[in-house]
This record gives sequence, C-alpha cells and structure tokens, in this order.
Amino acid sequence: MTAVDPIHETVNAVYVAESRRVLATLIRLLGDFDTAEEALHDAFRAALEQWPREGVPKNPRSWLVSAGRFKAIDGLRRQSRFDQLDEGAAAAEIAVAPEAWNDEETVEDDRLRLIFTCCHPALAADAQVALTLREVCGLRTEEIAQAFLTPAPTLAQRIVRAKAKIRDARIPYQVPAREELPARLDTVLRVIYLVFNEGYTASSGSVVTRHDLSGEAIRLGRLLVDLLPEPEAVGLLALMLLHDSRRAARATRDGDLILLEDQDRSLWNRDQIAEGVRLVREALAAGPGAYAIQAAIAALHAEAPSTAATDWAEIVGLYDLLRRSDPSPVIELNRAVAVAMRDGPAAGLALVDAILDRGDLRDYRLAHAARAELCRRVGRVVDARQSFERALALTRQEPERRFLEKRISNLAETR
Amino acid sequence: MKYLCLVYLEASKLHAVADRECMACGDGLRQSGMLLAAEPLHPVETATTVRIRNGAMTVTDGPFAETKEQLAGFYLIDARDLNDAIQIAAKIPPAREGSIEVRPVRELQP
Repeated sequence: MTAVDPIHETVNAVYVAESRRVLATLIRLLGDFDTAEEALHDAFRAALEQWPREGVPKNPRSWLVSAGRFKAIDGLRRQSRFDQLDEGAAAAEIAVAPEAWNDEETVEDDRLRLIFTCCHPALAADAQVALTLREVCGLRTEEIAQAFLTPAPTLAQRIVRAKAKIRDARIPYQVPAREELPARLDTVLRVIYLVFNEGYTASSGSVVTRHDLSGEAIRLGRLLVDLLPEPEAVGLLALMLLHDSRRAARATRDGDLILLEDQDRSLWNRDQIAEGVRLVREALAAGPGAYAIQAAIAALHAEAPSTAATDWAEIVGLYDLLRRSDPSPVIELNRAVAVAMRDGPAAGLALVDAILDRGDLRDYRLAHAARAELCRRVGRVVDARQSFERALALTRQEPERRFLEKRISNLAETR
Repeated sequence: MKYLCLVYLEASKLHAVADRECMACGDGLRQSGMLLAAEPLHPVETATTVRIRNGAMTVTDGPFAETKEQLAGFYLIDARDLNDAIQIAAKIPPAREGSIEVRPVRELQP
C-alpha cells in the first residue's frame, strides 16, 4: 500500500486515537493481557482488509473491540484449548450486546482499570513503570528501554514477568473501591511522577532532560484527571506542568545546567504556567495534599519575576505544611534552602548541617551541593570545595558533573 | 482461587501473638468459608531437610539457608483474587509482628 491510501491513513489515525481504549476493553472481555494484545493486532489487521471494501464503520472503536473479541475466541477454539481457560475467557464466550462496549462510561472505566492494574502494589516498582508506559501509553518496549537506559531484553523480561504475575496471582482488573482508593491512587501518582522525573532530571546519562518521558507523564496525568478528577491527581498534573514550563530555560544549548536564579525567565512557558496555576488553585481548594503543596511552591517560583523577588517566606511556610504530611529529609533540605533565601545563607547552612549530621542524606548529591553553595556564600571556601567534591563523587549525570566541576574551578578563581 | 499465606516471624517473635488470637482468626475465616487449612509450626531448629540426589536420599538438619525470619505457620485460603487474598492476609495477626507471603496455588498439569 502507498502512503497516500486514505483508508490506510484512517486506520493509522484510529490506531493512534483508539488502540489503548480498545486494548483496555479487550483485556476486560478476554481476561488476559497477552490474548488481548494479540486480539488488538488481529482487529487492526482485519480493519486494513475490510474497511477498504466495506467502508469505515460508524463507530470504529466498537467495530475493533468486536472484531478483536471474535478473533480471540475463534483462535482459542481452533487451538482447542478453550476448556482449559479460566473464567475470564469463558465470560467472553457469553454473548454480550454491543452496547456493553459502546457505552462511554464502561470504556472509560476500562482505561482506569488498566491504569490501576499496571500500577498494582503487588508488582515491583520498575515493573509498574514499564507496564504503564507500554500498555497505557502504547510505547514500544525498545522506546522504554532506551528512555531508562536499560537493555531491551531486561525490560521485556520485566514486562513478561509482571504480566505472568497478573495472570497467575490473579491481580483483578478493576478500579479500587472507595476505601482502597487513596492508597491505590498514591501508587498510580508515584508511577506517573517517577516517569516525569526520569524525563525531567534523568538520574544518569548525558542529557539533563528527556522530553519524551516528561511529555508522556503529563499526558498520563491529563488522562488520569479526565477519568478520575481527585484533588491529588490534579495537584500532580499542576506540579508537572509548572516544572516542565521551565524546560527551555534549564540548560544551555550545549546541555549545561542553568540554576533557577540564572535562568532566562522569558523562556518559561507562560501558557503552561497559567494552566498549572489554575489547577493548583483547584487542587488546594479541596485540601492541601502533598502534590498540591509542591505545585503551589512551584507556582510561586513560576510567577516570580526574579529569585530576589520570590516570596520565600510563603515558600518556607508551604514546606512547613508539606513536612507535616510527609516528613522526609529531602523536604527538610528544600526547606533549608528556602530559609537561606529568606534569612540569609548562615541560617540555611545551620539547617543543612543538622540534616547531614543526623546521617540522613549523606549519600544524596544535592544535599552536598546545597551545603557547598551556602558555604561559598558565607565565604567558607575550603568547606565549599569539600562539599562540591563530595557531590561530584556522587553524581551519575554528565551535565551535573560539568556544572559541579565549573563551580569548583570558580572557587579557585575567587581565592 | 487458592492462595497459601505463609507467616514469617523472627525467632524472638514466634510467640509474640497469643495462640488464642490466632485461633480466633482461623475460626472467623473458616466460618466465612475462606479457610481451607491453617497450622502453626515449631521453630526452624526442629526442621529437617530431605533431598534426593542421584537416586540417594540425603537428610540434613534445618533449612538450607539461614534467614532472619523463619516460616512460623500457614493459612491456605480460597479467595476471589489477589486483592481479596491481600485483605485476608492483612487480618492474620502475626502480620503486625512479621510478614505474610501470599502465594497463588498452582494447579498440577496432568
């Protein structure tokens, strides 16, 4: 077929728009991920054969679900192992009226079922991420492997193992009940934020940002908010939009890191900031959750004309609030940096030293980098160098290494 | 669907939960029809490991690997899916002292 074939193009467009919905519904109808994936491909193959002859159906999605389900059951029968299948497939045999999968609400629920199943807490954290990106976002195994700098066979194995666990341990394909929802939603949000952070601040490698992953996480966040507008989901989407709004200003053309205070704020994406700020207000109105508070902090940064003109007192207050719901040393560190901006570097340094003396964050590169920066500002050059070097030894990211090396050589010049 | 809930406890905590409480838990599950079997075990020092290698039986003292937590007992349950099994496992009293490993039971293929 040539590229100009309009039916072929239509099928491609339908694939992009609907394949994840069709897959989610097929998993429910067929009771198994692998069977559903195969059925999905068979359905699109059938579309390529039949639509040129019979025309594009009025509701392509329900046509595809119906075709996929038929092909799967047919295939299972031919392999004559139908009697060995569990209830999921048996249920598929029962004639279901097409309305059952035409129904918008059921189909949207299928997408939520898929998200919650991929992010089930019984699956390993890295498997949750891989499965979500593959099944919910439709990324290819190779793409995910590349983004996480993992060999593709390792990643493929991880996905195979996760699907086997879903099948063998019978992880249910359902949206959690109201009383389970907060804890289960936390896992989903954590997976999305992990994907975002891997794209925004890659934990290792040669570039600062991997936009494909941040963009994917934002798309996932939007999908979740559409399907389940819980305040924390809205808060996370706001947080991601606000962080991502600074993307163009965070690195030089050569890929060197630029600190917040040195960034060209005219490069910040104002539309994204406006949307983020609107969503923060919406999320906070429903109660201050951890993501919403972090988004509120990001919003204060995003709306400030400069570092000096930033409302640091308000930011310290928000970190205090955050610390109450999530008492982690990383949040304490961020608060210490905000205190340094509000009360001067000496005050911040005392707090950072207290955290490091406790033994928390001893191997956290950003804690040492923050200490180094504050030491430099109070004129303790030797201590600053020592901490920069400690941070340098801990970083695995090339731009960060270059940045820290530059800070160290600048220290030498000031002496 | 059957799940085996394996109760793991550190040696010092083998008696941290009163037998009475475990009996009550078992009775409750049995009444709801979800319990197929449940038994507590003597400490790992009483265990013997049996292997057949090259047709010959070897018997050794204790389990193969020393671990901090040891198998202290089990519940064989019948649950709808993993979520239900997890809910039940969370109600097993030693869950708060040690850990419960939830394992789906496999059917033997004839």
